[in-house]
Amino acid sequence: MVSLLDIIGPVMVGPSSSHTAGACRIGLFTRGVLGGQPEAALVELHGSFARTGTGHGTDRAIAGGLLGFAPDDERLRESLELAEAAGLRITFQNTKLRGEHHPNTTRITAEREGRKVAVVGSSLGAGRILVTSLDGFPVEITGGYPTLVVVARDEPGIVATVTQQLAAEGDNVATMRVSRRQKGGDAIHIYELDEPPSEAALAAVRSVPAIRIVRAVDRVS
Amino acid sequence: MFDSLQEAIDEATRAGLSLGELALRAETAEGLRTREQVEHALQRALDVMRGAVARGLEGDIRSVSGLVGGDAAKMSDPKGPLAGTIFTEVIAGALAVQEVNAAMGVIVAAPTAGGAGVLPGVLLGIARRRGLDDSALVRGLATAGLVGAVVAVRASLSGAEGGCQAETGAAAAMAAAAGVELLGGTPEEAGHAVALAMQGTLGLVCDPLGGLVEVPCVYRNATGGAIALAGIEMALAGIRFPIPVDEVIDTMGEIGRSMDVRYRETAGGGLAATPTGRKLAKERLVQIKGKKKSDA
Repeated sequence: MVSLLDIIGPVMVGPSSSHTAGACRIGLFTRGVLGGQPEAALVELHGSFARTGTGHGTDRAIAGGLLGFAPDDERLRESLELAEAAGLRITFQNTKLRGEHHPNTTRITAEREGRKVAVVGSSLGAGRILVTSLDGFPVEITGGYPTLVVVARDEPGIVATVTQQLAAEGDNVATMRVSRRQKGGDAIHIYELDEPPSEAALAAVRSVPAIRIVRAVDRVS
Repeated sequence: MFDSLQEAIDEATRAGLSLGELALRAETAEGLRTREQVEHALQRALDVMRGAVARGLEGDIRSVSGLVGGDAAKMSDPKGPLAGTIFTEVIAGALAVQEVNAAMGVIVAAPTAGGAGVLPGVLLGIARRRGLDDSALVRGLATAGLVGAVVAVRASLSGAEGGCQAETGAAAAMAAAAGVELLGGTPEEAGHAVALAMQGTLGLVCDPLGGLVEVPCVYRNATGGAIALAGIEMALAGIRFPIPVDEVIDTMGEIGRSMDVRYRETAGGGLAATPTGRKLAKERLVQIKGKKKSDA
């Protein structure tokens, strides 16, 4: 379903909804999943992002997202300088990602307090994004919902435990997806929620022994 | 939203509603957002559009590459046969917004950033001339949004998929429908305005120099505004386009799908591939890269 507000919007810093607004949102999502501002980031630009990204400010947009700026924040224009001032070291690199990827795709590897995340995200047009890989796990995250990311041992009952904890606190799941790299290793759960998860639900999920990582990411669009 | 503009027109006509009002009701019927939230978001879009027009008309703006900027302000003192009419105002507004966009200023993608100048140029121009208030303009944006939603489903709103006919062309069609309703036309007339505007942009390629949203995008938003005005005038005068509006939209999609990739935002054809287009792009891209190095 196409919304009126997808057509009349987003409000954004120019010049391109896919190369600027969408790119910024992928940066914002990466920051969200890292749980704060990165100290360093490697930004690899693929396809059209690599070819015309500079002229479209894609580098500035991603840097702005990593700094927590929304697509309509005029500080995007100076984000490279602001990142340097904020102690965020960003390296940009053109690359050709393996496999099938949308022409406007970036892989961002960001670090904070010894923790590292790797996000592959595509900008689909009109500012919409799709995160297709998180730490090597295949995912499909639109950033249009508050998102709960859980990494847990691949064993029976974990999904039920998480959804029970969410339900107990009245948090409603809009969409859900579980994937893994191999059987018996870790599995990643992506829950897109109607509202950000409550602190109580997060604490309950964190206390489950089989669960290694819990991250609540705000919606980015 | 709707996947047939004619169905929306018929429904609005039966219910005695404008397309804008129908769009607002359809948007809130899904239950995802309240009427107040939708109107608030459209009002914000309107405020940003107004701000971008004003900023662009100040005239001191330059794009990231330096290729465009300052032309909107030249239209403040028009010299041609249409000086002093809404025509020059619409062109100035469309140029202004697109110059702001090229300079990484704040705009509303409507439907895209590359086509963002047309709607503010046309709608704010009409509102100023006719003394229309913001609630009328918010409904106008809803009308435009409904048309854009149908085009998104039946054809495309992306230059990379369908050429510029899917960006400034779609924007002109959206603005034409909204303009007709702002001026008291019926949903049926709004539909003809869409068809009359869109037939004039069929086949329009996306050929930006160096892939930058600058040349010809800034000027193509101005001519997109002019085409929207032509659609509005013809439809309100009672002209009926013989091909049904949904078929015109489908045609745009069909032409887009068969358009060579050189003409779909790749800077491989059209004005981008002219000797001067290539030379300017090369110079300016080098300049951008140089600028970044000196920043670091």
